[in-house]
Amino acid sequence: MAANTKEEILTGLAEIVNEIAGIPTEDVELDKSFTDDLDVDSLSMVEVVVAAEERFSVKIPDDDVKNLKTVGDAVSYILEHQED
Amino acid sequence: MTAKIKPGQGAAYARILGVGGYRPTRVVPNEEILQHIDSSDEWIRSRSGIATRHWANEDETVAEMSVAAAGKAIANAGIDAAEVGGVIIATVSHFKQTPAIATEIAHRIGAGKPAAFDISAGCAGFTYGLTLAKGMITEGSARYVVVIGVERLSDLTDLEDRATAFLFGDGAGAVVVGPSDEPAIGPTVWGSEGDKADIITQTVSWEAYRERGAATDVRFPAITQEGQAVFRWAVYEMAKVAQQALDAAGVTADQLDAFIPHQANMRIIDSMIKALGLPEHVAVARDIATAGNTSSASIPLAMEQLLASGQAKSGDTALVIGFGAGLVYAASVVTLP
Repeated sequence: MAANTKEEILTGLAEIVNEIAGIPTEDVELDKSFTDDLDVDSLSMVEVVVAAEERFSVKIPDDDVKNLKTVGDAVSYILEHQED
Repeated sequence: MTAKIKPGQGAAYARILGVGGYRPTRVVPNEEILQHIDSSDEWIRSRSGIATRHWANEDETVAEMSVAAAGKAIANAGIDAAEVGGVIIATVSHFKQTPAIATEIAHRIGAGKPAAFDISAGCAGFTYGLTLAKGMITEGSARYVVVIGVERLSDLTDLEDRATAFLFGDGAGAVVVGPSDEPAIGPTVWGSEGDKADIITQTVSWEAYRERGAATDVRFPAITQEGQAVFRWAVYEMAKVAQQALDAAGVTADQLDAFIPHQANMRIIDSMIKALGLPEHVAVARDIATAGNTSSASIPLAMEQLLASGQAKSGDTALVIGFGAGLVYAASVVTLP
């Protein structure tokens, strides 16, 4: 499976956030904070992470989850850590 | 010469014959918790589903609550207490380690001279005890076993810890397990993950607290947890364990009448239902809203509540799963009493 591009990851992440937290996909932008802007609380964030792991073939350990403050942080993390 | 050892003669199968609970008289609303932490009723409800919890007063000891719950379970089972051959107490919040509190409780419920002991398996304590009871009955070392999950977690709560101050409750839940002609407790899927021992733990050991209790850097040995790590494990890993318990019992999710998970957090319960793909007709225990997380007591308390409310009835097929500090877990499919 080919690695996802940054745009594909953002689109996929927006769909996941939409499904879990009910946020419109167009609101899920790189500079948005999950907790402050998108109202994704710490537990929903875990659900987002698990869904992202499955979709993008990436492992995001709990210790790293706390560093993913913005959508951009998550996109960059997935981009760097996804398995080819 | 090797002597031939005669095996025990146990019952063919075991089942839960009766259930009973004790909830402390004092109801503590979120407003009272908010006197100690900077939070809100809305925040607590949305993160945990908890509106109120029961906290024990000084007379509602581990023994008192256990005796009350066991008495109800024995009456519900319709057996004579003198026939009880085993008493298993699951708890992490009885502060006198020896002798086991089980012996006093066994004596006070009128059980004669049963095998009596305490076990420590966190929030899986009840389901661990249930598994031991089933073994004792089918192996022939007891005809009836009382299993009690009992906690005074308010004694282990850090009122100033924003992440856990609202979480815990007190209470006792008991069942009587006895012989059955039909299989009524499925195979237990259980285990431990000691590499995650730190994600739910006491802040410090009692030993450290005793030695340095006066020092400002030693906190009271309250229970603390890493919420996100616990949530991920509880939802996704425990959904797999629950599915394995269904498979082991040869029961499909469609055939379930009730789901009684450890009442850890409403969000965990909701997400487990999704991860397991439970059909809508399955009655789900949501006792946590008014009981809080009572660790080993939560499953029998929730079982009693589900039956009393009419959401489930005697003879229904239920999936029970306990999971918590250790980390430890145990799940099985049971017929409700």
